[in-house]
Amino acid sequence: MTKYRVNKTKHVDQTKTVSFDFDGKSYHGFEGDTLASALLSNGVHLVGRSFKYHRPRGIMSSGSEEPNAICQINEDTDLTEPNVRATEIELYEGLKASSQNCWPSVNFDIGGINNFISPFIPAGFYYKTFMWPKSFWKKIYEPLIRWSAGLGKSPRKPDPELYDHKHVHCDVLIIGGGISGIIASKIAAKNNLKTILIEDKNTLGGSTIFQKNENYKINDKYSGEWIDEEIAELKKLDNLTIKTRTSLAAYHSYNYLLAKENISDHLPLDKRNGGIRQRLWKIRADKVIVATGAIERPLVFNNNDRPGIMLSNSVKKYLDFYGVSCGFKNVIFTNNDSAYETAVSLKEKGISVEMIDIRKKSNSKIVKNAEQLGVKIYWNSTVVNTFGLRKIYSIDIMNLSEDGSNVVGNKIRINCDCLAISGGWTPMVHMHTQSGGKLDFREIDQTFIPNEIDKNHINVGSCNGDFELEEIINNTNKKVKNFLNVSKTQFDNTSVLNSKELDKRNIWLLPNYISEGKCKSFIDFQNDSTAKDIKLALREGFKSIEHVKRYTTTGMATDQGKLSNMHALGIIADTAGVKMGALGTTTFRPPFTPLTFGSIVGRSVGNFFDIIRKTSIHEWHIQNKAKFENVGQWKRPWYYPINDEGLHEAVQRESKAARDSAGILDASTLGKIDIQGTDASEFLNRVYTNAWSKLGIGKCRYGLMLNEDGMVYDDGVTTRLGENHYLMTTTTGGAANVLSKLEDYLQTEWPELDVYLTSVTDHYSTASICGPNSKKILKKIFPDKDFSDDAFPHMSYQNGKIDEINCRIMRISFTGELSYEINIESKYGKSLWEKCIEAGKEFQITPYGTETMHLLRAEKGFIIVGQDTDGTMTPIDLQMDWIVSKKKYDFIGKRSLYRSDTIREDRKQLVGLLTDDPNEVLEEGAQIVSDMTKKPIEMIGHVTSSYFSPNLNKSIALAVVKSGKKMNGQKLIVPMENKNINVTVSDSVFLDKENKRINA
Amino acid sequence: MFLINCPYCGERDQSEFSCGGEAHIVRPKQPTELSDDQWAEYLFMRKNIKGVQFERWNHAHGCRKWFNMVRDTSNDKIHAVYKMGEKPPVE
Repeated sequence: MTKYRVNKTKHVDQTKTVSFDFDGKSYHGFEGDTLASALLSNGVHLVGRSFKYHRPRGIMSSGSEEPNAICQINEDTDLTEPNVRATEIELYEGLKASSQNCWPSVNFDIGGINNFISPFIPAGFYYKTFMWPKSFWKKIYEPLIRWSAGLGKSPRKPDPELYDHKHVHCDVLIIGGGISGIIASKIAAKNNLKTILIEDKNTLGGSTIFQKNENYKINDKYSGEWIDEEIAELKKLDNLTIKTRTSLAAYHSYNYLLAKENISDHLPLDKRNGGIRQRLWKIRADKVIVATGAIERPLVFNNNDRPGIMLSNSVKKYLDFYGVSCGFKNVIFTNNDSAYETAVSLKEKGISVEMIDIRKKSNSKIVKNAEQLGVKIYWNSTVVNTFGLRKIYSIDIMNLSEDGSNVVGNKIRINCDCLAISGGWTPMVHMHTQSGGKLDFREIDQTFIPNEIDKNHINVGSCNGDFELEEIINNTNKKVKNFLNVSKTQFDNTSVLNSKELDKRNIWLLPNYISEGKCKSFIDFQNDSTAKDIKLALREGFKSIEHVKRYTTTGMATDQGKLSNMHALGIIADTAGVKMGALGTTTFRPPFTPLTFGSIVGRSVGNFFDIIRKTSIHEWHIQNKAKFENVGQWKRPWYYPINDEGLHEAVQRESKAARDSAGILDASTLGKIDIQGTDASEFLNRVYTNAWSKLGIGKCRYGLMLNEDGMVYDDGVTTRLGENHYLMTTTTGGAANVLSKLEDYLQTEWPELDVYLTSVTDHYSTASICGPNSKKILKKIFPDKDFSDDAFPHMSYQNGKIDEINCRIMRISFTGELSYEINIESKYGKSLWEKCIEAGKEFQITPYGTETMHLLRAEKGFIIVGQDTDGTMTPIDLQMDWIVSKKKYDFIGKRSLYRSDTIREDRKQLVGLLTDDPNEVLEEGAQIVSDMTKKPIEMIGHVTSSYFSPNLNKSIALAVVKSGKKMNGQKLIVPMENKNINVTVSDSVFLDKENKRINA
Repeated sequence: MFLINCPYCGERDQSEFSCGGEAHIVRPKQPTELSDDQWAEYLFMRKNIKGVQFERWNHAHGCRKWFNMVRDTSNDKIHAVYKMGEKPPVE
């Protein structure tokens, strides 16, 4: 046992030694320690350097509010994690931790020079300094800032651990397992409510669990003993789920909460066995009881940041919970009674302690208790300076003036090795405000407390501003009874004895004899913002707390200002002469403590990142070495390289084959919507621009769908399967949206229509066979069928059978070739495909992918919605006037086609482009200009599709160009980085204008 | 994250729904009779108020039904949900 381990407690098992490394040095702690308590038990206070000035910093607290003791753990492993609070990490065998933000070491840190030049780097220094000269930015300032910025190192490799999500519902969720949370849980669970209690530590009981003081008794027992018994009973309740090591991250509206459970973070690396590391709980609770407690406030005085300066209640926790004394010559500096509990605890164990109190007196029982034990108290005094670079060794104190605005008398020097500070308590109202709750300001102890209006959550205990034991127990009991509609509880007649605090005094920024400019009175320890910085910001005209926060970076570090925000507000209020309550607070945003990315993402990594949709023919594509392209969630064959072909070679070969003999495309991904009902024809009339009433049964028609603003939304071929039955196809990417849009109109605008929509995209697989030999191939597959143009003309459909399996054959074409699409139930897709390949063998049938499909349709001038259109193109802009019915009274988007903006003649319109050099292929997205001399050069359009056509043996492109309709034959320029490409506007149909091929 | 009481399915998580903007904007029966200004009023003009607002919602990952909701945009309190075609509740 080290000399600092002075006390045996039941929370730390001193028979089980745990060895760990800190900054490369080996130490021992015990099971039950945190990294912080283990370091303190070895006398290590200095654990890091501050962010801006690189000042040596020590462990300050014992919880999530810790600003200084943040470490990198397990560096150089895949599991390394930066910014871990030493106060929260449970010690395990083999833990390796190191300090951050220091180079070469925490004891000797080059960056410490910043401390000496600190007068020159005040708040806003970065904004002011790195402005000039401009040329310095890229080579000097940016690399310098990048080198010095950031805390810790992020892991270099993919996270090897598993994370989980879990959705739960409950009647009552209680956040916080301190005394008020335990009382609330017990009342809830005992009244047949499904209750969940979450607690971020590994044990319940909060700060009551280590309370053993004559002045604080419940039913004649020490409060620590009483709560111990309560916890034992609590654990037996059936309705209650207790989740320890689980911290609430976010409290959203309608009682939806996120909590992170640590499952294996406290285990040695070799005992984790690849299990789940953390689980994110997504909780929907009927009622929420917030019992998150309060955080002790520091005091703001000159040099208040040295290692060895700690929060008073944390000193007590290290002593009474972990058995570690943070020092042997302690001084406690306080403005309230709670610090005397620490003094009594130390003194009872025979450890030296003296008190400095800014108050003039306090006659409470606990103060009397301390005095009786012989604790020396300096009343009406303040610390004006502290000494000790890597560890505090002495302090100077002075008396306060009557009004507390100044110091008087002589300095007294006191030696110490630990200075515990207490500036009162701040209720943790984060959860309340995250949920949308407002705050009230309580003048008497300068706290913001919840103002409850929401009927579905309450705050109990010290997060509600009840700090004294009697208040906590009685108010929690009363409030929870009322909230849960319970008439009687076991806590109704609890007898509570506690010392009552009667004398209060608070000074946000303690006065000093040293001029303010020379004092380093830290407010935000992690981000190194001082009282001076806050005042500077005010002088420079920042008034809103939100602005001061961002300018000085107060409260913006990884601890999110848990210790600093109140002091910043207090100093602003005092300096500006306004009431603190009127200032309001900065916004409390989730997460309360940082979440790992892993816990947010859960299992949605790798192949589970998003849904992957595959057609039933997918396996064949893989076997035939297809390269795939993502189209929405679909995997579509992009091209099928042979040997070492690249994209270009493969596409040239595939598209030539499709036009010369036969090609086959997996078109299963096209959206398919089954439309039935007596008003189906009328419905199509309303949603497409062209007329549908006269389409015969067994015929197919291409349709263009607009938005109400007149812009092209989707297109596709719809087939009339029966009198009241259609099959609509949509673009692959637009399928879901088109269905939603159609449903919307049916349900909200035209509920009188008798129409039913069913998405059947996944029900059918589609093989599309095109090319001059496609008819012969079809004939082989369906030998009984008459494929003559009279019997089976273009734009018609027939039923067919393959081995008794029904299929639909459509003679439709997206390539401009003679072409058939065969639809079959998805489960037969692959065998259909293989049958087609087999039948097409003698014609060298060539499978082609999306790239060849795009090329073929571009040769024919067919648009792709989303590539040649971008939500600003009307059918008129696309030169597709032919598809817009003049006769129909109305259809979606009709009225917009003659708005003043849509009838402009200088809109961008779809045209073809031919490069003067037929081998030059334009880049898609390239800008188009007509006049290079007039500056600034006007960009009149851009290239939307561009390919080298092997069938035409030249480069072709589609483009949208202002007034393009009138430009046929006109020369334009496509300026590229190193050359200008001359192009000529052409018709957008490059191949077979007469449709001879389709009808072949 | 709201808890939305779908008039067809009951209480469901917000992630199952999508919002379709302001409610009770009826598509004109005779759009071709309208002036550009009148059509633009229907097409583009939406209120987006701070306070009680009438909205269209769709239970997209559920029954796929559209319905209306009265929501206070300042505090996200949902005051009422009602089916399409039903009269909005009076304040």
